[in-house]
Amino acid sequence: MRGAMLAVVALLAVGIVLPLGLLLAKALQDNDGAFVGLANFARYFRTPALADSIGNSLFVTAIATVITVLLAFVFAYALTRSRMPLRGMFRGIALVPILCPSLLPGIAFVYLFGNQGFLKELLGEGVIYGPVGIVMGEVFWVFPHALLILTTALATADARLYEAALSLGAGRLRTFVTVTLAGCRYGLISTVFVVFTMVITDFGVPKVIGGHYNVLATDIYKQVIGQQNFSMGAVVGLLLLVPAVVAFFADRYAQRRQVAQLSARAVPLVPKRNPPLDWALFGFCCVISVLILGVLGTAAYASLVKMWPYDLSLSFKNYRFDLMDGGGWASYWNSLEMAAWTAVAGTAIVFLGAYLAEKTRGFAAGRIAIQFLAMMPMAVPGLVLGLAYIFFFNHPDNPLGFLYRSIAILVICTIVHFYTVAHLTAVTALKQIDPEFESVSASLKVPVWRTFRRVTVPVCLPAIFDISMYLFLNAMTTVSAVVFLYGPHTMLASVAVLNMDDAGDIAPAAAMAMMIVLTSAAVRIVHAVVTRGILGRAQAWRSRG
Amino acid sequence: MATAAGGAAAPYLRVERVSKTFGSFAALKDVSLSIGEREFVCFLGPSGCGKTTLLRAIAGLDPQTAGRIVQGGRDISGLPPAARDFGIVFQSYALFPNLTAAQNIAYGLENRRARRADVQSRVRELAELVSLTPQLNKYPAQLSGGQQQRVALARAVALSPGLLLLDEPLSALDARVRQHLRGELKGLQRRLGVTTIMVTHDQEEALTIADRIVVMRDGVIEQTGTPREIYDRPATRFVADFVGTMNFLPGTMTAQGRVRVGGLELACAADAATAGSKVTVCLRPEDVVVRGIGDATPNSFEARIAAAEYMGSFVRARLAVPGLNGAGLTADFSLNAVRDLGLGDGATLRAALPAERLRIFPDGKAS
Repeated sequence: MRGAMLAVVALLAVGIVLPLGLLLAKALQDNDGAFVGLANFARYFRTPALADSIGNSLFVTAIATVITVLLAFVFAYALTRSRMPLRGMFRGIALVPILCPSLLPGIAFVYLFGNQGFLKELLGEGVIYGPVGIVMGEVFWVFPHALLILTTALATADARLYEAALSLGAGRLRTFVTVTLAGCRYGLISTVFVVFTMVITDFGVPKVIGGHYNVLATDIYKQVIGQQNFSMGAVVGLLLLVPAVVAFFADRYAQRRQVAQLSARAVPLVPKRNPPLDWALFGFCCVISVLILGVLGTAAYASLVKMWPYDLSLSFKNYRFDLMDGGGWASYWNSLEMAAWTAVAGTAIVFLGAYLAEKTRGFAAGRIAIQFLAMMPMAVPGLVLGLAYIFFFNHPDNPLGFLYRSIAILVICTIVHFYTVAHLTAVTALKQIDPEFESVSASLKVPVWRTFRRVTVPVCLPAIFDISMYLFLNAMTTVSAVVFLYGPHTMLASVAVLNMDDAGDIAPAAAMAMMIVLTSAAVRIVHAVVTRGILGRAQAWRSRG
Repeated sequence: MATAAGGAAAPYLRVERVSKTFGSFAALKDVSLSIGEREFVCFLGPSGCGKTTLLRAIAGLDPQTAGRIVQGGRDISGLPPAARDFGIVFQSYALFPNLTAAQNIAYGLENRRARRADVQSRVRELAELVSLTPQLNKYPAQLSGGQQQRVALARAVALSPGLLLLDEPLSALDARVRQHLRGELKGLQRRLGVTTIMVTHDQEEALTIADRIVVMRDGVIEQTGTPREIYDRPATRFVADFVGTMNFLPGTMTAQGRVRVGGLELACAADAATAGSKVTVCLRPEDVVVRGIGDATPNSFEARIAAAEYMGSFVRARLAVPGLNGAGLTADFSLNAVRDLGLGDGATLRAALPAERLRIFPDGKAS
């Protein structure tokens, strides 16, 4: 028990604490490893080409956050508080961007509004390369994440409050402000911070469509990959850590308050029919859905067109990845392998760690360490984590150096990168089962591991499937951390998209991005089938008979 | 400590000076207790009194901070739960939701490498014991609350433990089922002859089911005794208040066996307290006598019924007593008395407080 706990702690220590420590050290050293104090930071702020990125990042992130939260709020309101038709379908469409690497919207917008885009005129004098494109791409990509938080916040309404407001003669606007908005305010705060962090730390969209508009995320990449200036990369990485850490604590605060608001006695709100509002919201959701499917459709179409915009006949030519640079089909298979390992090993480690932290007695230090370390990855952007891994695993004195550029390091990095959400899913599931199972087992002289295998795991199976799907999807689509870590034989599909786009092979990049989307979609479908079908039959005990 | 009741001469379970602290909070303060073999003991008290903490210490689930626990002659103070000898039923039952009733009952049996057929027959035997045979192949979610409780009970006694621990096992059930199961639980305990400790905050439950009640408050034992002793002769003001309904009247001792309450001078037990000291006089509502009272009856006085509350099988009346300086008195009247004496709102009557039913607690002492 104690050994297993130490193993999880060690993994998280090696996977996040030590690399971050080295990142911090690197920011205080020059490229030769000599300690230079804050000189790197001083140089950063003296160099306008670098320091301007802070303003640029804040600017596009603020705009993208405002637009995303507004759109997602109306959409979530329509899904949870109206009686408009096709709510399930709209929800499904709105979640599609989760299946996409963030490079995909960038590529699609280049096709739509780029120099040869067929909707270029819509922008008038403006150009898509730069803040406009970044904002559009980010809104597309983070929209489902905002939607998920807001639908949860809006779904938990207490009908009695609305009845009270009605009986006290409050008007519609007043009710909306004092009950609806007040009821989901922590969800809104949480959404703002999550969206802000995702956008400011995202690398895919600005990389593809940012043009010469520098932001923090692309700066790290340029400093490290372009100029091999690791110290400056570390400086930018630490700067990027600031908003992520702030957002992390704000989000934790908001979520705690949101939960506290719900009382067990709340009466669920059943939305009433209101044709004018319902149809207005229906129209809004139609527009958003068409836009989302339009972006995805553009990428799909672009991947099939022979020679944009001259020869629009369709073919699978762009899918013959082996005929071009960028890693070929091997990168796709690598991605599958990496995602599969991440899902299997990650789920096992995360669930075991959560179990040990939640359900064991004694060794409080181990439990607290797991709980603390499990939350850390949430506050660390992928790019920063990837960079920290370079410093740690590439360090000449590190006995784990053999992992560098292997598929194993990609798996470890991805598990750690997405550890927190998976951990919280496991903890939620474990908290829902009776806390006395372990006590009962002890009184019956049944060893803990037997109850774990026979009761805890079967009861938590839906959560375990959720965790493995979450890890698989993210492993398929992520670029940020792994872009620093792949080797010649461990190229990944998402990185191949990036490299082909970089090399001007935009159509094959779109094709590879579509492969990722299709794979993710397939996994989602399998997950749904497994969860509803086999699980439903094998676990008849879940339903009252 | 009252050491009445109990079966054997040497106690089966001894709790010696056990304390438990959570941070700076003392949940148990130097608690000592012994329980005889085959005895059914209830830990009774309000929430936060330490009763569940004591139960969990005895089980080893939350070990005590100080003190010793001896079970069947063996010092178990430092043993982990798995090395102790007890079965336990929790308030939530903690049934494994993915296993059938039969699998739940067999859970501890299967672990002992027993032959499958032996396990099967033991499960059937246990199911019969708790009248659950038709439900054996159902999952917990398909069982009623009472049936779930029986499964938990059968599982807890499956390994024939020396000690059965019940943590508010009836509190999740509705009143009728609870009353019914109370009787069954007691019957089962008798048949198995297993030493049993039940934690409850329900005084009625404790009074009906226990051989002996341990009343707890703020981490200490207030009184230990049979249900009758606890009800009739509460040792402290707290016990008097917590168990049953009680009138509390402020008074002053005037002489040996004489106490003044308001304008009334009452006779009471002779050894109650020294003359001149402030006391609280306690009396159960049902001990107020109204039949056959004359002017000469000791401890009698005039009273008026200020409010009468119909309680079903009796009437609870609020008496206004001129002699008590406005202090009211609660009295329970049988429906017979109500009919015969015409005891309605506003009626006047003559009532008496029998001297031997008065309990006197000196004031100023920690109660």
